[in-house]
Amino acid sequence: MSVVSVDGRIATRRPRYRLRRNLTEAAAVALALVLLVWTLAPIYNMVMVALETHGDVFTSNIWPAHPTLKGFWVVLTESYWYLQYFWHQFGNSLYIGAATTSITLLVGSLASFSIGRMRLKNGWLVSNAALLTYVIPASFLAIPFYSIMIKYGLANNLWAVIFAEVTFATPYAIFIFQQYGVSIPIELDEAARIDGASPVQVYLRIYLPLMAPALVAVGTYALLLAWNEYLYQFMLLSSVRSMTVPVALAQFLNSDEAPWNYMMATAIIYAIPPVAIYYAFRRRMTAGLTMGGVKG
Amino acid sequence: MSSTTFEAARALSAPSLSLPRRRLWRGGLQGSEFTWAIAFVVPYAAVFVAFVVYPVLYGLWMGHNPQLYTELFSDPIYLRTVVNTVIYLGIGVNLKMFGALLLSGFFMRRSWWTKGLLLIYVLPWAVPALPTFISIHWMLNGEWGLLNNTLWDLFHINGPGWLDTSRWLALGSVIATHIWKWMPFWTVILLAGRMAIPQELYDAADVDGATGLKRFAYVTFPLLANLYLICTLLSTIFTLGEFNEVYFVTGGGPALSTHVLATLGIRDAFQVARPDLGVATVMSALPLMIPLVIILMRKLRTTEVQL
Repeated sequence: MSVVSVDGRIATRRPRYRLRRNLTEAAAVALALVLLVWTLAPIYNMVMVALETHGDVFTSNIWPAHPTLKGFWVVLTESYWYLQYFWHQFGNSLYIGAATTSITLLVGSLASFSIGRMRLKNGWLVSNAALLTYVIPASFLAIPFYSIMIKYGLANNLWAVIFAEVTFATPYAIFIFQQYGVSIPIELDEAARIDGASPVQVYLRIYLPLMAPALVAVGTYALLLAWNEYLYQFMLLSSVRSMTVPVALAQFLNSDEAPWNYMMATAIIYAIPPVAIYYAFRRRMTAGLTMGGVKG
Repeated sequence: MSSTTFEAARALSAPSLSLPRRRLWRGGLQGSEFTWAIAFVVPYAAVFVAFVVYPVLYGLWMGHNPQLYTELFSDPIYLRTVVNTVIYLGIGVNLKMFGALLLSGFFMRRSWWTKGLLLIYVLPWAVPALPTFISIHWMLNGEWGLLNNTLWDLFHINGPGWLDTSRWLALGSVIATHIWKWMPFWTVILLAGRMAIPQELYDAADVDGATGLKRFAYVTFPLLANLYLICTLLSTIFTLGEFNEVYFVTGGGPALSTHVLATLGIRDAFQVARPDLGVATVMSALPLMIPLVIILMRKLRTTEVQL
C-alpha cells in the first residue's frame, strides 16, 4: 500500500517539477536576451556608424544602408584633416602605455619587496599611503596636479601624463604584489641569504621570477589604465603632435561638423588593442582583481 | 581545500586578523641591508610625495579662501550640481550594485550558454570608456540616434531628445550609462565572492529545507554582506570622481543642468579659467568623502578584500 502511495506522489510531482524547470529556463533565456541587447546596443551603434557613409549617418536607418569600410581606410591612411597625425597620436598612446607599465612594475615591486620581504620597519606607512591614493578619486586631484606640472615645466609633455598614470597605478600594484607575495615561502629568501646573496640578488633571482603571474596581472592593469585614461591626457597635452588618441577623438566631438563615421572608425581602431589584451589576459586580470575576495 | 574555502567565507563575512608578522632577519635589518630596504622604498615614496602629497597640499592652499565657498553656495548651478551628484550616487550606485548582486546569482548557473553570455556581458568593462560614451551620446540623439530610430521602427513612438530637452531624461541617461559601463565589473567581483561560499553550506541548508529565497536570505546574503558593503562604498568613491560619463554623454547639458561635482570643477578651472573655484567645488565633496575614506581604509585593511 505504502509503495503505491509513494509511487503515486512521485508520478504527480514529476510533471509539475518539469514545468517549473522549463519555466525557470524560459525566464533565464529571456533575461539573457535582454542582457544581450542592453550590452551590445552601444557597441552595435559604434560599428554601424563606422560602416556608414557620411550621408547615411543622418538618416533614420537602424542598419548601414550602404556598408563600406571607407571610414576605416580614411583613418588608417590619415586622409582627413582631423586625422592628419593619427599614427603619431597612436604612437604617443603606446609610448605612454609602455612607460607607465614598466615604471609601475619597477616602483611597485621594489616597494613591495622592501615592505613585504625585507620587513622594513614602519613599512605599513607605505602601504597606507598606497591605500589612501587608491581611494582618492583621480579627477579630484586634477586641478592642482595640472598647476604643479606647469611649475615643473612639464606642460604639454608626455612625461607629465606618464607620472600621473604611474601615480594612480602603483597603489594597486603594491596591493596585488603584497597579497601575492604572502604565498611565496619566505624560507626561499632566507636560504638565499644564508648562501650569501645580497638583497638585490634576492630581488632579481628569487622575488621577480616567482612573482611572474602577479607582474602580468599588474602590467596588464597599468597598460589598460594608461591607454584608456582621458582626463589627465586632455589637461596635460594640448598640441596635436603631443596628443594621444582619446584626446584627439574628443576634440573631434567638439568640432562643428562632426564626421561621425570617421570618428567611430577611429574609436573602434583605438578600442581593439585593449579589448584584445583584456580577453587574452582575462583570467589573470580577474584573478588579480578578486585575489583578496576569494582567498582566505 | 574545504578548509581554505571556509576561511574564504569567514574572510568575506567577518573581518579576519592579518597573519602574524615574521621577521626575516632576526634582530632587524642591519647596516647595508637596511640601506637597501630604504633604497627600494625611495622611488615609491618620491612618487607619493611629488604627485600626491604636494598636489593635495597645493589644492588645499588653492581652496582655502572661505569667500570661494560663499560664492559657490550662492550659485544656483552649483546647488543643482550637488543635487545631481547625490542622485547620481544614490540611485546610480545602488541600482548598479543591486543588479550586480542579482546577476552574479544568474551567472552561477552552470550551462554552456551562460558562460558564453558572461564573456559578452563583460564587454562594456573591457572596451575603453571614451569610444562607448561617444557612441551612447550619438545613440541617444533625438533626431538621428539609434534608440529613437528603433523606437519608431518597432512601435511607431516618437522618442524624445534624450540629452537636450529635459534635465531628468539627461540625468537618467547618465545613470543608465553608468550602470551599463560598471555593472559587469561588480558582477564579476560578486560572482567570485559567491563562488567562495562552500557548497557544503548549501547542502546543509537543503537538508534543512531551505530553498530559493530562503537560501539567499540565510546563506548567500549573510556571507556576501561584507563584500557587498565594501564594494558599494568603494564604488561610491569611484563614482564621485567619475568625470567621463557626464562629460561625454550630456556634456553637463542641457543648460548646465546635469553637471556633477567632478565635471563642474574641471569646467570652472579650464573653461571659466577659475582654478581656485574649481578646487573649491571639488573640495566641497570632502564632508562626504572623508568619512567614506576612513571607513574604507579600515575595512580594506582588516578584511583583505582587494579590488
